[in-house]
Amino acid sequence: MSVEVAGMGHAKSEGPLKLAVPRGALLGETLDALDAIGVDTGEARGDSRSLIFETPGLTLVTMRPSDVPTYVEAGAADLGITGKDVLLEQSDRVVYELLDLGYGRCRMVLAGRKGDESLGEAERRLGMMRIATKYPRVAVRHFEATGRQVEVIEVKGSIELAPLIGLADGIVDLVATGRTLEENDLEVREEILECSARFVANRVAHKLRAAEVDELTARLRETVAS
Amino acid sequence: MIHPIPPGTRDVLPDEMRELRRLHRTMIDVFESRGFGEVATPAIEYDEVLARGDGRTADSAYRFFGERGDLLALRSDMTVPIARLVASRYAKVEPPLRLCYLANAFRAVRPQRGQMREFAQAGVELIGAPAPGGTAEVVEVLEATLDAVGLDRAVIGLGDADLYRQLLAEFGIEEGARDAVLSRLAAHDLVGLEEELSRLEIGDEQVATCVALSQLRGGGEVLDEARSLGGAAVERATARIGETIAALEARGVSDRVQIDLGLLRDLGYYSGAILEVYDPALGHVLGGGGRYDELLRRFGVDLPAAGFALYLERVHVAQMEESREGEVR
Repeated sequence: MSVEVAGMGHAKSEGPLKLAVPRGALLGETLDALDAIGVDTGEARGDSRSLIFETPGLTLVTMRPSDVPTYVEAGAADLGITGKDVLLEQSDRVVYELLDLGYGRCRMVLAGRKGDESLGEAERRLGMMRIATKYPRVAVRHFEATGRQVEVIEVKGSIELAPLIGLADGIVDLVATGRTLEENDLEVREEILECSARFVANRVAHKLRAAEVDELTARLRETVAS
Repeated sequence: MIHPIPPGTRDVLPDEMRELRRLHRTMIDVFESRGFGEVATPAIEYDEVLARGDGRTADSAYRFFGERGDLLALRSDMTVPIARLVASRYAKVEPPLRLCYLANAFRAVRPQRGQMREFAQAGVELIGAPAPGGTAEVVEVLEATLDAVGLDRAVIGLGDADLYRQLLAEFGIEEGARDAVLSRLAAHDLVGLEEELSRLEIGDEQVATCVALSQLRGGGEVLDEARSLGGAAVERATARIGETIAALEARGVSDRVQIDLGLLRDLGYYSGAILEVYDPALGHVLGGGGRYDELLRRFGVDLPAAGFALYLERVHVAQMEESREGEVR
């Protein structure tokens, strides 16, 4: 029989649906979208240090965007909102991607230092570029798909640093306005893909709480359309 | 001193083993009481024999050379080995054949995901009984099994393996592009599905039909909603599902079946009805199955067949969660 054999998830089926809400850059617009469908986000907007906010009909659980697929796959959260970048980087996590929420738009790009040819030169003379990124899998997939060999260097913090002090020839990173690149004297060399916030669901919750999930999806869809 | 074992494998100690053994016995008792005889097959088979059953899983199997240089493989499920066994040992026996098993199977894993390389499956294979009666019998055994292990809240999803392949063919989408669409459907990536479909030369209405179909799940009303979307492929699939439901109703076992037109299983041998099992206490699928009317022919015996398999360890976790939730309720 089929089905991937992953770790065990422990979902809870009673009570309101649990929605994993991303902290950080997507938080504001996520709460706006929830407001628009009538969810009371007042408490979540406060400076409370709680992570879980009960609202009538929906429990909001706040977490790092990169943790959203983990919680949703395991069924600890029934639903979640996170960036497409996160979903692509964790593409082996089984979550249902139900809706493009339209906000949080940004581009995944390959960038290098302005006026600096080390990307091209490394490729030409060494046959290999060194690329620093927080998204090693997206980067590897992009360079494999375009037939180039790279050494992908995973870094956790400010990626812009890597090409400036010679750790890497270029970076693969997410760009919204391009200001960070500009300030660090970097420029976009290639566009890899477009990202935005996505609404995702746990596979079992999508089946067993179909009516509630569909209703919430429909309401969110309206906010995207408007 | 710690001596490591490969990730994705594990030891079972007495407390757990006692519970697993009880579960094992309960399930096999249900199977046996309904006339399914237990069989065992070797964990190691010839690679070319397993690949005959399902070429698509071949890339995830463990392969190695035997002492004479033969290419061997660890089985990745029990359905293919049983198809092989039936063709070799029961080719001349009057069908239907009822066989069951509880056995370990092996799949390649992705590192650091807690995935198991070796896992136990319990299931049945009903060979020589066509749809819809055979399917209904299999669902009946599955329900009895879930009841016997205390998962009375578990739900069985019922879908159709041929729906999308036929629908996309009807839309005039060629095979290469079809696979890309099917993989989005299998992953349930609706945003990607829409993108993929929009890239093809089909109308917006057809894109919408495909996306809407994948979201249809629930009771009998789902079939009406599907039909209203139209098309010959939808008509055929809903008719097949309708027949299965009628056969289930005749046996009085349709209550926990949820029709799910978004269901798509990723093994290469399914045709017609497909099944998936969920329990509200567990975020993962407990098991699945369906019809594989073409599989036996690949081994030289032309018999329709259906079956299901449950992941023993997951059933065990769900059982524990259910009993815990039961205490709370």
